[in-house]
Amino acid sequence: MSTSSENNGETFALIAEFENPGAIMAAAEKVRDAGFKNWDVITPFPVHGMDQAMGLSRSKIPIVAFCGGVAGFTLGMSMVYYMNKVDYPLVVGGMPYFSPVFPFPVAYELTILFAAIGSIISMFLFNSLPMHHHPTLNYEQIEKASNDRYFIVIESSDPNFDETKTPDLLKDIGGSNIGKLKD
Amino acid sequence: MTTLTDTVPANTALIDEARPADLPRQVLVENDRDFDWITNKICGIVEAKTPTWWWIAFTLSAFVSLFTVFGIIYLVSTGVGVWGLADPVNWGWAIVNFVFWIGIGHAGTLISAILCLLRQKWRTSINRAAEAMTVFAVVCAGIFPLIHVGRVWFAWWLFPIPNSNAIWPNFRSPLLWDVFAVSTYGTVSFLFWYVGMIPDLATIRDRAKTKIRKIAYGIFAMGWRGSNRHWRNYEMTYLLLAGLSTPLVLSVHTVVSFDFAVSLIPGWHTTIFPPYFVAGAIFSGFGMVLTLMLPLRSIYGLHDLITQYHIDCMCKILLATGTMVGYAYMMEFFIAWYGANEFEAFAFVNRAFGPYAWSYWIMISCNVIAPQFFWFKKIRQNPMIVWIVCIFVNIGMWFERFVITVTSLSRDFLPSSWGYYSPTIVDVFTYVGTFGIFMFLFLLFLRFLPLMPMGEIKAVMPQADPHHGKNHH
Repeated sequence: MSTSSENNGETFALIAEFENPGAIMAAAEKVRDAGFKNWDVITPFPVHGMDQAMGLSRSKIPIVAFCGGVAGFTLGMSMVYYMNKVDYPLVVGGMPYFSPVFPFPVAYELTILFAAIGSIISMFLFNSLPMHHHPTLNYEQIEKASNDRYFIVIESSDPNFDETKTPDLLKDIGGSNIGKLKD
Repeated sequence: MTTLTDTVPANTALIDEARPADLPRQVLVENDRDFDWITNKICGIVEAKTPTWWWIAFTLSAFVSLFTVFGIIYLVSTGVGVWGLADPVNWGWAIVNFVFWIGIGHAGTLISAILCLLRQKWRTSINRAAEAMTVFAVVCAGIFPLIHVGRVWFAWWLFPIPNSNAIWPNFRSPLLWDVFAVSTYGTVSFLFWYVGMIPDLATIRDRAKTKIRKIAYGIFAMGWRGSNRHWRNYEMTYLLLAGLSTPLVLSVHTVVSFDFAVSLIPGWHTTIFPPYFVAGAIFSGFGMVLTLMLPLRSIYGLHDLITQYHIDCMCKILLATGTMVGYAYMMEFFIAWYGANEFEAFAFVNRAFGPYAWSYWIMISCNVIAPQFFWFKKIRQNPMIVWIVCIFVNIGMWFERFVITVTSLSRDFLPSSWGYYSPTIVDVFTYVGTFGIFMFLFLLFLRFLPLMPMGEIKAVMPQADPHHGKNHH
């Protein structure tokens, strides 16, 4: 047992350490199969195949990026239409006030800009970041999690969570250094 | 290979059967380093005491950047007459420098976006520095069109912002497309760079010994905690950004080339410009990446991370793009003759044999001949020679833009309006100073931000594979 259990406060979660990507992958599959919902895997880099091992669905970010792109393109075209045709018709070399051709580079760039910003903003929103007060960040061995160790965190809010059985489960699936995270 | 059993679905067995033999892959991290070594190595650069060479370089680059500052102050307070611009050459060094710097940026985006989509794993150890280079190069590039408008205090008229004259920008002008292309490029490159850095900033935060350090890095790390639920969205965003940056980087230099190609000046009005400019941009960018990375590799002892294989790959890209640029030079000549337009034909003969022939031949020798040395493995294996060739590439690519901009303008349709352009000392100072600005920013990056993406390097190492060490065939 780790020393983090000494402080007062509600137990937020149990945390267990694993040696390598193979071990954490196998362990995650077992936690998933045990029916846990509020749990997480902490790794220093994205482990290939972990989404399936955790039973996570595909990220929804492409939808937001697509909407951003459509919005950018529409904004680009309509902005040029309004500015060069409606609000202040500008005669340049006898060319039409508006044509879909000449604003294309502008609309194209705005498509990319809005899609990129959309995907980044949605990444932060979906991940609930920035969040500087998460209990995992207070774990005294967090340094290892961004270096070369892998952790499984099972939250006490999970319906399957049990003060005595869950630590055993973590031990059974190969976890070491099992500790508690406080709120 | 195990025999087919009933438990193995037939299709997976077939895939195993059809799987090509595993060729030995080039190792991306040499000397069998582990993850901890990488973390210590890269964080160590930021955590160690500031080296003396850094202070010297920093002071020097800060001093050099003053040249640009004073160049601009003198320009704004006196007027655009302080530059060498005079009819018929009204696009001089400012435009040359703008295209030069914006081109440099392209390698960063190419490495981070296109090589990411092509699954070129060797990109991981150089992409962060190359992206930083991109952002700083765009900063340097942006200065020139801004001061080139003449009355800089009206530069904001370039953007579609309501002004007291109630006039909007003319969207038919490629110069306005440039405003959108370059500002989008700057923004997306910066965001891509920053998003890529978040997990590494979290690593530095977790290792921080002092409170201030923890807070400073903590703010920018956004509370990243390496959660797989986050990685899932993060990786998707990263992939999307790579996918979005690819058409972006190709479009930026295309739009820059439109500044020339959409005009009617002989030598500019050609359809080859967009691909030719993009190839040239990637060429010059890789030249600059190697110019920066080779010294860093020896200073910080990064030989295990930037291996000979990495240098080889970059040299080959230089060779390929340099040859493409050479092809474009040839094709321009061919079309000038084949198109049977006397002005076009004259423009090219004038480039090679006219009053600016010296710059044309500098361009040819630096851009077409110099990279041909990279056919030889011996040369690619000698960092000193590679570095020298890259310096030639940097010089050659500046001259390419000079040749394009100045030769065409100085002798267009009417011989009565011909002229010869020379820069003034203010032009020279303003340009030289941008190298100071670039180095100033790059040194700050080296000192405070993770030079290489630790997470990405770890993820492409064999140990990161969950099946590593198991015989799963």
